Amino acid sequence: MHLDLNTIWFILVGVLLTGYAVLDGFDLGIGALHLFTKKDEERRVMLNSIGPVWDGNEVWLVTGGGALFAAFPNVYATAFSGFYLALMLLLAALIFRAVAIEFRSKRPERWWRQMWDVSFSVGSIVSSLLIGTALGNIAWGVPVDANGEFAGTFLGLLSPYPLLVGVTTMALFMMHGAIYGVLKTEGELHDKLRGWAMGCIIFFVICAVTLTMSTLLYVPHMAARVRENPWLFSVALANMLAIANIPREFHHGNDGKAFLSSCATIVTLMALFALNIFPNMIYSLPHPENSLTIYNAASSPKTLGIMLVIAGIGVPVVIAYTVCIYWIFRGKVKLDRMSY
Amino acid sequence: MDVLTLSRIQFGATIAFHYIYPPLSIGLGIMLVIMEGAWLKTGNNLYHQMARFWTKVFALTFAIGVATGIVMEFEFGTNWATYSRFVGDVFGSALAAEGIFAFFLESGFLAVLLFGWDKVGRKLHFFSTCMVALGAHFSAVWIVVANSWMQTPAGYHIVGEGMHARAEITDFWQLVFNPSMLDRLFHTLCGAWCAGAFLVVSVSAWYLLKGKYLEFARKSLKVGLTVALAASLLQAVTGHKSAQSLEKNQPAKLAAFEGLYETTSNAPLVLAGWPDEKGEKVIGISAPGMLSFLTHNDFHTPVIGLNEFKPEDRPPVTASFLFFHGMVGIGFSLIAVAALGFLYFRKGTLHERRWLLWILVFSVLGPQLANQLGWFAAEVGRQPWIVYGLMRTPAGLSAVVKANVVLSSLILFTLIYSLLFTVFIYLLNDKIQHGPDDADLIPSGKLALPAKN
Ligand code: HDD
Ligand code: HEM
Ligand code: HEM
Repeated sequence: MHLDLNTIWFILVGVLLTGYAVLDGFDLGIGALHLFTKKDEERRVMLNSIGPVWDGNEVWLVTGGGALFAAFPNVYATAFSGFYLALMLLLAALIFRAVAIEFRSKRPERWWRQMWDVSFSVGSIVSSLLIGTALGNIAWGVPVDANGEFAGTFLGLLSPYPLLVGVTTMALFMMHGAIYGVLKTEGELHDKLRGWAMGCIIFFVICAVTLTMSTLLYVPHMAARVRENPWLFSVALANMLAIANIPREFHHGNDGKAFLSSCATIVTLMALFALNIFPNMIYSLPHPENSLTIYNAASSPKTLGIMLVIAGIGVPVVIAYTVCIYWIFRGKVKLDRMSY
Repeated sequence: MDVLTLSRIQFGATIAFHYIYPPLSIGLGIMLVIMEGAWLKTGNNLYHQMARFWTKVFALTFAIGVATGIVMEFEFGTNWATYSRFVGDVFGSALAAEGIFAFFLESGFLAVLLFGWDKVGRKLHFFSTCMVALGAHFSAVWIVVANSWMQTPAGYHIVGEGMHARAEITDFWQLVFNPSMLDRLFHTLCGAWCAGAFLVVSVSAWYLLKGKYLEFARKSLKVGLTVALAASLLQAVTGHKSAQSLEKNQPAKLAAFEGLYETTSNAPLVLAGWPDEKGEKVIGISAPGMLSFLTHNDFHTPVIGLNEFKPEDRPPVTASFLFFHGMVGIGFSLIAVAALGFLYFRKGTLHERRWLLWILVFSVLGPQLANQLGWFAAEVGRQPWIVYGLMRTPAGLSAVVKANVVLSSLILFTLIYSLLFTVFIYLLNDKIQHGPDDADLIPSGKLALPAKN
């Protein structure tokens, strides 16, 4: 595996989507836990813990989509037209989630706040499930015809393995969000979130173990690369250590470190996923020869080169000011006049 | 209905709905920069109160802009997959650049703009406001690059044949500065500034009529009317440039805009009228020679008519004509309204002329309508092509998506967007009725400290 432009772009799209999972992951997790809080004040704290950053986090998805369009237009076209209904549901969920954050605190009436609380929470849960299910389908393989078009059905996308990936993703984000919440809150809500975080960790570990077993048993191609290159087992090992480290640090009250371990868990999971599908981007089942790969689905080398320059200029700048903004809003949430 | 019609309705409806908000984000962004800048410069806390009030409105439009924009980003793939494969190599890069250069900038600094009032100093806050406005402008740049490439493709060549043909980049800068891009960018931006400025004008005029928040309203009117007048004048200039570039690059579109069938020298400019497609003429009043003059700076140079094009290459005439004339009509009305308002404001007698204040209150609808009509004219006038001269619209559809599926997503979006729009109007009204906060007259937190020089 040498580093050509196609591979670089495979990695870059992966980086964008991983950035999305790490950052928006905790937003979605906060959303999934939102309805467990009962008091208005607590719900406001939950919302404001992600208030300044959720929009920037979502841009990772938008830019990932744009990069996929530019670098691998065939994958963009096949996946999005193939997963049409699932994608429309995802869009609806993302819309409700986004506007709910903005609308909720604009009116004091109970029914109003309840309505947007439900939108926010259900939107977050549905988004996590759908994103995971989509990844699960890519891992499992989807029917693709000789023209590179999707040849399956909507219901065909809802088979058990992808759904398991969906649930695992939701569990992962809930855990990630709960730990983030612990970091950002104080007092009674903080203590509650601590309890929930423990529950989420257990939920996630159970899902992760089930998923690992099912993958090894039923989706052997998703472990093929690691099997052939034993040194890659280090990534799997890092993933297990990261997962094991979460409850350890959390138990000792090192919440910051627990959060970093949770980030590392997401990164290593995405890395494992990418390593095993490479060089396919959409694995075709039952006709592997129709798979869309980083070569037959890519843009011209010229475009990939130009895009690399754009990314080379843009991404460091983006990371620099993103770090600054997280720094400005560090520390526990305090409600004030400008809060949601 | 077939997939084609449904997909077009869905794309048109979702983009038109999205486009209610971007012009407000871009235009209000500029207004915020001016207001906060004026506060830093003069130290007059009234400007601080203005900036805070309009920031809240900005947050509202921005949130819906973001929520509806994500739909657009994915809709090319869902409904226009064949088109996406064909243009991905050139078109995708503009969309990706928009994400990296524009959306990150906007959304990142938005955090400081909205929530940073009491956390950062004056200068850093002002800087963030500028960055948000800049980001909004950048996103207009890249999306107009992408759209203009579909109107006037450049910097590419076609590789492969039949189903596998696609456009590949040959020259990036030629692609970016394709023939219509600059004209359309300036025109689009002017439209956005108009939208922001007239919103400020409208709300302030309302306060004057109701006799509320008078000081606040007068200061806002001053800023609003100045920008509104400048932007609406520029709008006509940039629109004129766009029309000239159409004559060179998309003559069929210009002919449809004017309902001109025969190539004529001394071509007339239709001031008001209705096209008669069967009789191949326009019924109405026109100024002889003016079209020739406006496009060529000469009364006698011929302007190309629709009959030079095969019937299957002509855009729908009636729709293009009406959208275009609607926009231009609104454009000149806005100039008149802004000029009158500005004049009486300077004279200091605006508050006595209640009829004019009422017109100003409703003027906010003008730019919104003209922006919509402008895009409809530009896009319908491009038909029957999805990429001008290269790919026809029906050929761009997704092969695997069925009509009933599109119908269900169309219904879904119609429901969601109706709800969003109702809530938006309700909350906007709520904000306006509530008015500016007196607490905002006294800056708090770090903002209360004078800027270090
Ligand atoms: C002239 C300007 C303009 C035009 C023609 C469009 N947009 Fe837009 N868009 C903006 C100007 C803008 C903006 C001002 O940057 C927005 C609106 C409000 C906002 O929050 O950002 C935005 C938001 C926005 C977002 C959300 C970004 C975020 O999460 O921060 C996406 C993904 C898109 N747009 C994508 C599109 C696509 C694919 C379009 C074409 C089909 C499109 N927009 C037309
Ligand atoms: C924001 C303002 C815009 C408005 C109001 C607008 C409006 C429309 C309308 C009304 C149609 C349907 C035309 C028809 O079916 O006759 C359409 C189609 C389309 N537009 Fe635009 N458009 C806008 C911006 C854009 C931009 C920025 C792009 C690309 C970057 C774009 C790309 C397309 C595509 C791909 C189609 C579908 C094919 C077609 O039906 O022509 N549009 N648009
Ligand atoms: C005052 C006289 C005006 C003239 C002569 C004019 C001219 C034009 C022309 C020729 C186009 C088509 C460009 C193309 O397809 O390449 C256009 C498009 C457009 N117009 Fe106008 N216009 C005027 C006023 C306005 C006003 C007042 C607004 C909004 C406030 C507006 C908003 C737009 C928009 C958003 C587009 C679509 C984007 C584009 O194609 O540039 N226009 N205009």
